[in-house]
Amino acid sequence: MDPLEALVAQIQGLSSTPGDIARLHVILKQADDSLRSESTRLSSVLAQLAPSEHSLGFLYVLDAFTSGQISKQQAETTVPIITGFINACNAEQIRLAPEKFVLVCKRLKDQVMMLEAPIRSVGPLFTAARKLQLSTEHLTPLHSDFLLLCLLAKCYKTGLSILEDGIFEVDQPRDLFLYCYYGGMICIGLKRFQKALDLLHNVVTAPMSSLNAIAVEAYKKYILVSLIHHGQWQISTSLPKYASSVAQRSLKNFCQHYIELANSYGTEKIAELEAYVQTNTEKFENDNNLGLVKQVVLSMYKRNIQRLTQTYLTLSLQDIANTVQLNSPKEAEMHVLQMIQDGEIYATINQRDGMVRFLEDPEQYKTCEMIEHIDSSIQRIMALSRKLSAMDEQISCDQLYLSKVGRERQRYDFDDFDVPTKFNI
Amino acid sequence: MDADDDSSNPMIDEIYANGDAAEGGGGEKRSRRLIISGDQFDIEAYASLYSGRTKIARLLFIADQCGDDNSAMQLEALRMAFDEIKKGENSQLFREVVNKIGGRLGLDYTMDVAWCEAVDRRAEQKKEKLDNELNAYRTNLIKESIRMGYNDFGDFYYAHGQLGEAFKSYVRTRDYCTTSKHIIHMCMSAILVSIEMGQFTHVTSYVSKAEQTHEALDQITIAKLRCAAGLAKLVSKKYKLAARKFLETAPELGSQYNEVIAPQDIATYGGLCALATFDRTELKTKVIDNINFRNFLELVPEVRELINDFYSSHYASCLEYLANLKANLLLDIHLHDHVETLYDQIRHKALIQYTLPFVSVDLQMMASAFKTTISELEKELVALITDNQIQARIDSHNKILYARHADQRNATFQRVLETGRGFDRDVRSMLLRTNLIKHDYNARSLSRKL
Repeated sequence: MDPLEALVAQIQGLSSTPGDIARLHVILKQADDSLRSESTRLSSVLAQLAPSEHSLGFLYVLDAFTSGQISKQQAETTVPIITGFINACNAEQIRLAPEKFVLVCKRLKDQVMMLEAPIRSVGPLFTAARKLQLSTEHLTPLHSDFLLLCLLAKCYKTGLSILEDGIFEVDQPRDLFLYCYYGGMICIGLKRFQKALDLLHNVVTAPMSSLNAIAVEAYKKYILVSLIHHGQWQISTSLPKYASSVAQRSLKNFCQHYIELANSYGTEKIAELEAYVQTNTEKFENDNNLGLVKQVVLSMYKRNIQRLTQTYLTLSLQDIANTVQLNSPKEAEMHVLQMIQDGEIYATINQRDGMVRFLEDPEQYKTCEMIEHIDSSIQRIMALSRKLSAMDEQISCDQLYLSKVGRERQRYDFDDFDVPTKFNI
Repeated sequence: MDADDDSSNPMIDEIYANGDAAEGGGGEKRSRRLIISGDQFDIEAYASLYSGRTKIARLLFIADQCGDDNSAMQLEALRMAFDEIKKGENSQLFREVVNKIGGRLGLDYTMDVAWCEAVDRRAEQKKEKLDNELNAYRTNLIKESIRMGYNDFGDFYYAHGQLGEAFKSYVRTRDYCTTSKHIIHMCMSAILVSIEMGQFTHVTSYVSKAEQTHEALDQITIAKLRCAAGLAKLVSKKYKLAARKFLETAPELGSQYNEVIAPQDIATYGGLCALATFDRTELKTKVIDNINFRNFLELVPEVRELINDFYSSHYASCLEYLANLKANLLLDIHLHDHVETLYDQIRHKALIQYTLPFVSVDLQMMASAFKTTISELEKELVALITDNQIQARIDSHNKILYARHADQRNATFQRVLETGRGFDRDVRSMLLRTNLIKHDYNARSLSRKL
């Protein structure tokens, strides 16, 4: 019998119970090379297999099928096959061969990039990531690819939905870096600056033994978002102590222009800031950060106007324009209007007198929604606390940790804490 | 001219008069005022308050400050300095003064080479004599004589302007001091030299050393020490402490500390520092109701008036007095650097005190009370509000200042939510990092095992 036919029969036969699937897995691993050699016949094989029941087999065949060079026309046909498979496949089966699954998905990504239609794979990769995850806190290599495609396809909201899950389990640090970096960019696109700051902060302060390019780029964006959101950025307080020493020493050497931009921002002179941006436009453009830099300049106006709300009850538009160094009352009016719409200040504009009246924050913290909000926050934090204690307990029981601590601990007393020898490596 | 104006603190009225003439309201202002005179700053009267080296130093300072605008006063000051120096033994200072005069005062006031040489020769001889005496005493190991010898050396160096050597000699007597009187003498000399040198850290340490002696000190010495401590604090910008020290000075001191400070100065320094830094209750109890300090304030009635005006909220006249005094105070060697700061502080306190009792203030009235324009006043108020010294907001349309009290309840809620979010963020990233480190560690130890 044709080995391929035999394989197909086995796949079809052994895909029902977990025991069978385990045996199938072994068989498939052995048959991997032979599959690759028969790539031309594989499309017909694929037609015989059902993705939802024979997921594991389908996966192996698909992997062999897509492993060669694929031209654009071929991509047209393979993309639907892969997307169909992802949507239909069985999660437990593919978790037995995660690397292959990841490989297939990566090829999908390459193909849609070749076809210049990244949006075609946004949905499928979303499903794929969810299926591959062991839990919602688990980061897979697919997450970063998914986010990259969201960025390219400009589907920011879909990307945001996966970012809402907190990530705690990570297999590969590199995945984390890319995930946080792309995630940060998506949040910037949606103007969720606080969340972007958190994600970028994770990249910059992650433990790393040597500097990598992702961290450098993330640091540049971190500086800019920090300026936009907080209105200040001090180099002395920028990196907390728990950031790796490599990061603390060398990151700033690569981001000289941004640090100077932050210093110029700190002087609160808009003219200087704009001049600096003008002279260094190309450098910012090369890093693809020019848009963000322009937002930084805009945020300076906003911050100045916000400061005015602290000292004045009413102020004429002309005075606002003068204090904030804008060119005309019309511009001041536009800025104030934009800020009111964005909810950054509370004010009313009296166009007849050309006056702006600043109001207090109307939030009284008395409504039911607010109570619910506070209550849910408390619940969330309590859950987080529990998680923290659980992790603490887990580490104290961890073998490696105990052995390291046991080795380094002094023996004060003869019969004090005798560490069992089996923990000494 | 004015009975009150007894050489204590005459004013330069020119500057004020010029401003007044421009405003055209000079006449009525003058008639309303108690103490104002058209005299020039009387250098002779001022200099007669002091004695010794400080007199010369002050005269030279005045001459420097006058510059070329006011050459009459400058030459007057230099002339008096010249005369003083000739009475002493300091040839170095003599040469300096002659250079500054530059022949402008006629032949009497030129370089007297003969005098210089004579002084230098005398100095050499004296030094040799003192040296021999000291060596003799040292070989004899008589403590008291050695102490006297070092003291004489100190005096000698001081007279000749070698302040560093003088200080060292005085300090050396410490090992040979037997009674507390000796220690006090040493401390006072050291303090004097340190003040002349401008090293006020030494002043503070020697003042505390003197105060720690077991014997009770007499009134005058205590008063002197207080003055010296006050000066030290003033120079190091600790105005509140300086004010306290000056206010504790006993009036019996009178002019007995002329070689450092005049009683008028004590009143001025103490009054201004107190005004700039004390709150209302302290101002009342320690300054206005202080009987001892009243004696000093009698010598400078302007300062007394201005403190009373401030307390009774007559800010316009208070600020007028201050403006008048300013030119004089800029000529004072110790206060010169601090006048601007003190004045700013006093002005800010006046503004804050004015707005404190009201819920709303009409800026027009406030501007007329402080004799400025509304826009100037608005700028100053904005600065104070931004600095959080005034809790208010300005209605720029109607030009009214409204007091505004922060809503504690809302603020608390905001803080709580913010803290919760912060905690959330921090713990999440910590857990993530822990996992990364654990993973890394596992990977490394795994590779090690293999």
